[in-house]
Amino acid sequence: GPDPLITEVQEWASGLGDGVDATPYGLPIKFEDDVVRRNVPWLTADPISSINFTPIHALDGTITPQGCAFERHHSGAIELSKADYRLMINGLVDKPLVFTYEDLERFPRENHVYFCECAANTGMEWAGAQLNGAQFTHGMIHNMEYSGVPLRTLLAEAGLDAAGDFKDKWVYVEGADASSNGRSIPMEKAMDDVFVAFKANGEALRKEHGYPVRLVVPGWEGNMWVKWLRRIEVMDGPVESREETSKYTDTLADGTSRKWTWVMDAKSVVTSPSPQSPIKHGHGPLVITGLAWSGHGKITRVDVSKDGGKTWETARLAAEGEDKALTRFYLDTTWNGEEMLLQSRAIDETGYVQPTKAQLREVRGLNSVYHNNCIQTWHVKTNGEAENVEVS
Amino acid sequence: PAPIPEPEAPVQVAEAAPASEGILVSAAHADEASAGLRFGLGREALPEEIAAWNVDVSPDGTGLPDGSGDAIDGEPLFEENCAVCHGSFAEGVDNWPKLAGGDGTLADEDPLKTVGSYWPYLSTVFDYVHRSMPFGNAQSLSADETYAIVAYILYSNDMIDDDFVLSRDSWTEVEMGNADGFIIDDRAETEYAQWRTEPCMENCKETVEITMRATVLDVTPDEEGAEEAPAEMDHSPAVATAAPVEEAAAEPAAEAPVAAAAAPAALDAELVAAGEKVFKKCKACHQVGDGAKNKTGPQLNAIVGRAIGGVDGFKYSSAMAEHGGVWDEAALAAFLAKPKDYIKGTKMAFAGLRKDDDITAVIEYLKSTAP
Repeated sequence: GPDPLITEVQEWASGLGDGVDATPYGLPIKFEDDVVRRNVPWLTADPISSINFTPIHALDGTITPQGCAFERHHSGAIELSKADYRLMINGLVDKPLVFTYEDLERFPRENHVYFCECAANTGMEWAGAQLNGAQFTHGMIHNMEYSGVPLRTLLAEAGLDAAGDFKDKWVYVEGADASSNGRSIPMEKAMDDVFVAFKANGEALRKEHGYPVRLVVPGWEGNMWVKWLRRIEVMDGPVESREETSKYTDTLADGTSRKWTWVMDAKSVVTSPSPQSPIKHGHGPLVITGLAWSGHGKITRVDVSKDGGKTWETARLAAEGEDKALTRFYLDTTWNGEEMLLQSRAIDETGYVQPTKAQLREVRGLNSVYHNNCIQTWHVKTNGEAENVEVS
Repeated sequence: PAPIPEPEAPVQVAEAAPASEGILVSAAHADEASAGLRFGLGREALPEEIAAWNVDVSPDGTGLPDGSGDAIDGEPLFEENCAVCHGSFAEGVDNWPKLAGGDGTLADEDPLKTVGSYWPYLSTVFDYVHRSMPFGNAQSLSADETYAIVAYILYSNDMIDDDFVLSRDSWTEVEMGNADGFIIDDRAETEYAQWRTEPCMENCKETVEITMRATVLDVTPDEEGAEEAPAEMDHSPAVATAAPVEEAAAEPAAEAPVAAAAAPAALDAELVAAGEKVFKKCKACHQVGDGAKNKTGPQLNAIVGRAIGGVDGFKYSSAMAEHGGVWDEAALAAFLAKPKDYIKGTKMAFAGLRKDDDITAVIEYLKSTAP
């Protein structure tokens, strides 16, 4: 019969909605209140030094809203005002400098979209399929448009004659929070595309993303994107801080560990359908979609398999791949209730093809913890539900 | 109401260009605009300012401050500042980091990575303890205290004797067990060449079998985020070794009775002072007194007589939230002796106070701080 939503006058069609003064800063409508960051409580000893996950299963496009972009803090998200903010550049520079926030806003500015992925993203899946949802397996990632100043501009302001040959020089960067989360970055990268950001997606950085100023280190592991950035020191060697020795190093099967594994290799995941985003409609047209990215540059192609990797078809990229930024892919297909073992495989401009978990394990063993960029499999059942599985 | 004004006609603006030292520059890239130019922004950093922030220590010992300490001095300092999370013997409490042990386990199925078994540089230990520890009270340790605590951690790993005095001068005598255990990223050689090939599109494998399912493990938080910790974690989590921490938004316990209105008994000043010292063990997580806020643990104002699990806005474990009752002195004493025995499932990581005197004292101190 006729749909009462159409034939009957609905309350919203006769009454009035909110005025323009109702929400000076808006939040998503209540119907979307399940699209939130979530954490995995058993992962860490305390939520103050922990991580949560972007709800990638429920988002589309490529830009991550700040409010649901994953957070990782080592001693909590601090409140640091612009007025109290100072940035120091010291070490092997001609003149050590202190900048205020206002100073930073007076340098020529750039805008760039980059992904930020935690090195531990997908790290819980090394030994087998563990967490049942794209948010949890792949949600330590976000992608924002940053506004800020290239680091080389600030270094030039302090003068780099004192540094001499850049070849063996490093910059050490640290935050103003209690963890300080110091990291060493080779000068070559520092002078290339690293930049000091104070806006994301057009608005000020959120507290949890380093307000008022954070570092952006395109294509490299998220731990290096120091938040609440307070100091940059030009040095003649790496500090070998806690975060680059005891953590963020990758142990191989024989017990030796890789260090300085900064680049995030090419990776992709189907975000829908997925365990938290099952197929709820009937048979017929189905949109399979997901995200792909590479720390080496642009994504050039994404393939999708529905049969666990026996056969592959090339997906449609929503837009041409961008340098070190998320790329959205779609496979517009037909589903008639058949089971699927859904996979995606990213290829970047260097020709790097996203490997399988078996390939990674063969080289690294099971204890690398970080940098798991393997192909993910979702088992989509006849009723449309999906599960995180591992396949032969 | 005034009519909304029409937008003004756009004014033709000259190509925006940053002016610097009198030169007009027009460039698509900020870098091109700024290449070789200085903007005269910022001010020179003062020596005192650099000294305050430039405290990083490099592997060769550059940056180490004056001072010294040994494990004998370090033991009580470690107990006071570190043991709440790392255990009295650096063995770790719950899933807070273990700092000792694990020798020879790096090639095992579950390697134990500690200062002794994994950390390649001694400088890192000093740098991190001095700058970022204790958790919740960073940068509170003097150079001498830091040397002593670092010495105690090394001693706990059987790396030095208890009377070995650690200082800038003795620095190079300490050998780190895993100093040679690292290689520089070799993915370009061991992986990239292998995987930069034309990918297979058809008949890529004969059969495909499901070999493992996530739902079998059942460790995924439900949509509310509340989930019991897995009994056994065969698949070690990546971010950190982990303690079960319940995120369930617990309802405040039943009726929160108002603290007894009866006139408080006179406090024993000496006992209060002793309790204040004991309370240092609690301070990393709990605040008390004027303006006390919930941190890792709930604020403890008027804790004696307060409802168990009764502070608004603190996310208690469900065990604590559902416990009911009131924190009288007997309940507090029992809880402080063995927290996890008294309330099974509490997320308080602290293992408990071993001395009855300490328990009595800290309760007296908590009574004294009631605002």
